[in-house]
Amino acid sequence: MDFQATIDADGRIEPRDAMPDGYRKTLIRQIAQHAHSEIIGMQPESNWISRAPSLRRKAILMAKVQDEAGHGLYLYAAAETLGVDRADLLDLLHSGRQKYSSIFNYPTLTWADIGAIGWLVDGAAIVNQVPLCRCSYGPYARAMVRVCKEESFHQRQGFEILYTLSNGTEAQKAMAQDALNRWWWPSLMMFGPPDAASTHSEQSMAWGIKRHSNDELRQRFVDMTVPQADVLGLRVPDDGLVYEDGHYRFTEPDYTELYDVVKGNGPCNQQRLSRRVQAHEDGAWVREAAAAYAAKKAVRAA
Amino acid sequence: MIEPLWEVFVRSRRGLSHTHVGSLHAPDATMALRNARDVYTRRQEGVSIWVVRASDITASSPDEKDEFFDPAGDKVYRHPTFYEVPEGVEHL
Repeated sequence: MDFQATIDADGRIEPRDAMPDGYRKTLIRQIAQHAHSEIIGMQPESNWISRAPSLRRKAILMAKVQDEAGHGLYLYAAAETLGVDRADLLDLLHSGRQKYSSIFNYPTLTWADIGAIGWLVDGAAIVNQVPLCRCSYGPYARAMVRVCKEESFHQRQGFEILYTLSNGTEAQKAMAQDALNRWWWPSLMMFGPPDAASTHSEQSMAWGIKRHSNDELRQRFVDMTVPQADVLGLRVPDDGLVYEDGHYRFTEPDYTELYDVVKGNGPCNQQRLSRRVQAHEDGAWVREAAAAYAAKKAVRAA
Repeated sequence: MIEPLWEVFVRSRRGLSHTHVGSLHAPDATMALRNARDVYTRRQEGVSIWVVRASDITASSPDEKDEFFDPAGDKVYRHPTFYEVPEGVEHL
């Protein structure tokens, strides 16, 4: 069966199948960007590992950050099935020629931000990622199944952090509210520009890479999240929020901010990228040592 | 330096076969096993792991899959549903 027939029958494309160049390129760009986001996302969170308020919280946060590294690896492996090399993708990230999710260019100023990232950022990621489990490209879809299973722990631990804070002292509750105030709008931007302005959407839908539009997913996220904020006793910072016909009408975020952060002008763009490059360079000796050890063992075995 | 690619297979519990779960890079088999443990079994997903160098796998080609698998197409008599069983016959 040829490519389009497989897509039309809602079948899956596998690595060695023939596929249009554009399909391959779109997937490489999207999967790489997704992988980069996972590993850059380790930074704002690891910022709080040494300052987590208890051993329990610290162990959980370390497990979560390790998961993000694992998600990055699943995704780099999925990208490699399309004929690219992970080392080259990292070079593209380090030289700024490939992007990562803009959300990670915001700072984690307080412990409550770790809660907000888990609850809102991972919550938004889940809404984005669940449909990707049915993506037309098999290895990407399978990687997403694993990622989604693990993300639900991430989201719950974030919610639990905020629930604890919002049931704590006045100062703790205020800290939780402040985190929600700062992360709400960037979280809405995670779904990308509004449908009318989305450049890649239509083709990606036709190829079965994308299953729902940006605005549809954003609405789904808002509908899911607002009642959870009520349970937390926190206020979503949107005066335009009203419940109507089964959905929450909400104020659109300021997308000029999104474009600006994508361009590199967010609060932490430079810090995130330079730290990533530094970590890669600092890790060179580990890669070299592992290769030298493998070579030595191979010689002895021969 | 590019580390070789390894395909990872995990037996999720005793009694089941090893199933492909993904791939990873590692300089040798020992490191591949350790990496596979960290990447693919952080939540007790397995009781046994195989790693196989991706370059050692010989695969059928998707281009010739029609000719390759066609011979099985006209042998429906290999399936029990091919046979008519008179009414009332049990345990057959």
